[in-house]
Amino acid sequence: MFTVRIQAGQFDAAAEIAALAQGRTDIGAVVTFTGLCRDDIAPGGARLVALTLEHYPGMAEEEIARLVEEARTRWPLTGATVIHRFGRMIPGDNIVLVVTASSHRTAAFEAAEFLMDWLKTRAPFWKLEEREAARSWVAAKDTDDTAAGRWG
Amino acid sequence: MKILYFAWVRERIGLEAEEVDPPASVRTVADLAAFLKERGEGYAHAFENPSVVRAALDRTHARPDTPLGAAREVAFFPPMTGG
Repeated sequence: MFTVRIQAGQFDAAAEIAALAQGRTDIGAVVTFTGLCRDDIAPGGARLVALTLEHYPGMAEEEIARLVEEARTRWPLTGATVIHRFGRMIPGDNIVLVVTASSHRTAAFEAAEFLMDWLKTRAPFWKLEEREAARSWVAAKDTDDTAAGRWG
Repeated sequence: MKILYFAWVRERIGLEAEEVDPPASVRTVADLAAFLKERGEGYAHAFENPSVVRAALDRTHARPDTPLGAAREVAFFPPMTGG
């Protein structure tokens, strides 16, 4: 089962793993990555109050589905679930979930990392930071491009 | 064609979406960005550094030299920061 969801609400990683693995006996490895909104203090001392995730409805789902298809051409996956939230999040909230399943762990680990690396540079989402004194758009990071680029 | 704007491109232009009918000389994504840049102050600000504005044609990532072809929906946005 391969699932991509873009949603405003929270997700439950354990429930998503259970849904993916239910009734299956061919899965030997499930790898889960959860990205959270973390507490952060800018160099000037302004504490992060919230992140608002803007997305491109329609393309967000389609692009992540294309990334999952690409992962399937590279690794023998038996299932995957990707959930990305949009809207306003406060530190501690979950933002993104990647679950990959395969017969063996190497494929599941690598595919999960690949999906996160490519998702960060290709999925149409933008983070607006709200700090104690100001709001500003998060700049894309070169390190994310480098991480995505190593997969060729 | 329908043009969509996201994040700070949207804020600078002051619109989420609009219908635009560019002249036939506008053939590529870069041509369209240059055409839009001339539409006003907000547009000029949004496209002041075209190399940092990304685009999608019919919800698929495009490059500056990608021909617009028969695209019905074009989106402009900053580099992505999801995940």
